[in-house]
Amino acid sequence: MSILDILSDDEQFMVRTVKEFVDKEVKPVVQELEHANTYPEALIEQMKRLGIYGLAVPEEYGGTPVSTPCYVLITEELARGWMSLAGAMGGHTVVAKLLLHFGTEEQRRRWLPRMATGEIRATMALTEPSGGSDLQAMHTVARKDTDGYVVNGAKTWITNARRSQLIALLCKTDPAASPAHQGISILLVEHGPGLTVSRDLPKLGYKGVESCELSFDDFRAPAEALLGGVEGKGFAQMMKGLEIGRLQVAARALGVGRAALEDALAYAQERESFGKPIWKHQAIGNYLADMATSLTAARQLTLFAAREAEAGRRVDMEAGMAKLFASETAMQIALNAVRVHGGYGYSTEFDVERYFRDAPLMIVGEGTNEIQRNVIAGQLVKRGGLDA
Amino acid sequence: MRIVVTAKYVPDATGDRHFSDDWTVDRDNVDGLLSELDEYAVEQALQIFENSEDDVENTVLTVGPEDSKDALRKALSMGADRAIHVEDDDLHGTDALGTSLVLAKAVEKAGYDLVICGMASTDGTMGVVPALLAERLGVPQVTLLSDVLVEDGMVVGRRDGDAASERLEAALPAVVSVTDQSGEARYPSFKGIMAAKKRPVESWDLSDLEIEAEEVGQFGYTEDLDYELRDIRSDISGCDDKIAKVEEELGDRSAARGASRPHVRRWTEMRVYGRRKGIPSSSRPSQRPCWR
Repeated sequence: MSILDILSDDEQFMVRTVKEFVDKEVKPVVQELEHANTYPEALIEQMKRLGIYGLAVPEEYGGTPVSTPCYVLITEELARGWMSLAGAMGGHTVVAKLLLHFGTEEQRRRWLPRMATGEIRATMALTEPSGGSDLQAMHTVARKDTDGYVVNGAKTWITNARRSQLIALLCKTDPAASPAHQGISILLVEHGPGLTVSRDLPKLGYKGVESCELSFDDFRAPAEALLGGVEGKGFAQMMKGLEIGRLQVAARALGVGRAALEDALAYAQERESFGKPIWKHQAIGNYLADMATSLTAARQLTLFAAREAEAGRRVDMEAGMAKLFASETAMQIALNAVRVHGGYGYSTEFDVERYFRDAPLMIVGEGTNEIQRNVIAGQLVKRGGLDA
Repeated sequence: MRIVVTAKYVPDATGDRHFSDDWTVDRDNVDGLLSELDEYAVEQALQIFENSEDDVENTVLTVGPEDSKDALRKALSMGADRAIHVEDDDLHGTDALGTSLVLAKAVEKAGYDLVICGMASTDGTMGVVPALLAERLGVPQVTLLSDVLVEDGMVVGRRDGDAASERLEAALPAVVSVTDQSGEARYPSFKGIMAAKKRPVESWDLSDLEIEAEEVGQFGYTEDLDYELRDIRSDISGCDDKIAKVEEELGDRSAARGASRPHVRRWTEMRVYGRRKGIPSSSRPSQRPCWR
């Protein structure tokens, strides 16, 4: 029994192909790319050829769509090699889903075929310097005039901003609306005059891919840039898009956790002390047992949420649970992998210190875990508890 | 042009490999996959297709048990056009000599202008099947190439040795084998994986190939192969312009790949050593093709 058995034959083959790609192409080069903070151009090109950027694009627009569980497991494989690679396709998928669910036919035809091949990459811009999780309090405003929109404001933590030609910008088209979320819209913007990538943020981990600040200064977007063509829908649209985003972040955490477990398991069998492999010392063996147990639980929870999403059900709570639990689990596993490796775990010549620096991103990113708990609690009350 | 790529389904070399009680490979307890060395052959076939202005049909052929379909599927996902699976219970335990018989019959039945093999299998690692296959087909063999080009009815390639590189060519139809230096094999794209389902996979058994069960299998009978000398250059005179052009192109491709070895051209005559079955390997003549 393999975890892949829940997938169709074709999807199993896809996941195994990504696994092979990670083992042969990513693992041998990741340390060097990480420590030089090098953009993984060649790996991204290979990911394009594999079809990673078309996973959420329907066939009629040139993509190879997969089920949500398959998407989760492909993301996990990429993150097992290098979390940054999974980061280089996560926002892209969310934007593809936004276009698919909410875009006009013209918008889909314009963007999706080139997004499917990776020729055009996409990212989304939500967080602002003054706050990320409280989206309704955002300050970026798009004012309508006769020629379209004039945008002013600033966004931050926009991953892949320099290399994405398409940015799904969450902004207020009616700052006076009450409640505030009814004045929020998504604009599909391209780089141009008035849009500046003002700086690349220094980061603990998540190296190789850029996370940037964007500033909009009388930036002009045409009226057709409005996602779906109707103002005031942006908040609900983005909440739907973030369901797949949270599953993606949960899957990244699974990948980091699995990499940390795999490394620790291998090391514990090679490394000897007091005349035996260290896994035979109960203290180390217990770490491995707990790491594997919690990772398995996190995986099953994430795949449960993915199956619910695949069935078309609302999964803000389930995806939130998966993201919350998987990210906390990855952090714990990464820390324990450092313990198992001893001094080597603290060395940058081993991979485990990277897992330890990458894991926290999934705790604070895509809605902090504290916000996830709010979402979960709110849904629990609203739904009258968990289903029987 | 019709290209047939021979592909072997082998036990994963990183897995825990064992023999069964009858000393054949225990396939039940280890994952199988398309031999990595055969992936290079598939890749070269696909590149010939991509670089050719003529129609090229790539057929991938395997001989093996039911699970061998996975190897075919991978090759189809990489981009091959069709697949042939030769499967028969009587093939269990067949050695290189018997395999070459089955491959030869299947290649003839499929129709071919060029057969591309990997340099060896990753499990048996003998590397003799390409030579045996060429001998049975009665066509030239150009083995261990790290560069392959098809032009004007010739297959041209480079064989890299320790001291020098040789340029070899043969008139089609021919058999070539390619090394792990011939260019990294591509990964199947997700589109390719989905498209592979729609490509035809034919299944043949021994009767389709008019092979008797006694000729193959673990206890297939002994036979002799005649030693033979064959000039694989069909026409040397008047070819200089063509050779120069081909060399220029190969040189460009090598340069693009960063190779800097000197190229030595040789008129090549190849001798194939047949092998008498049942003789212990230690007393067999060398399997290495020689040239002068």
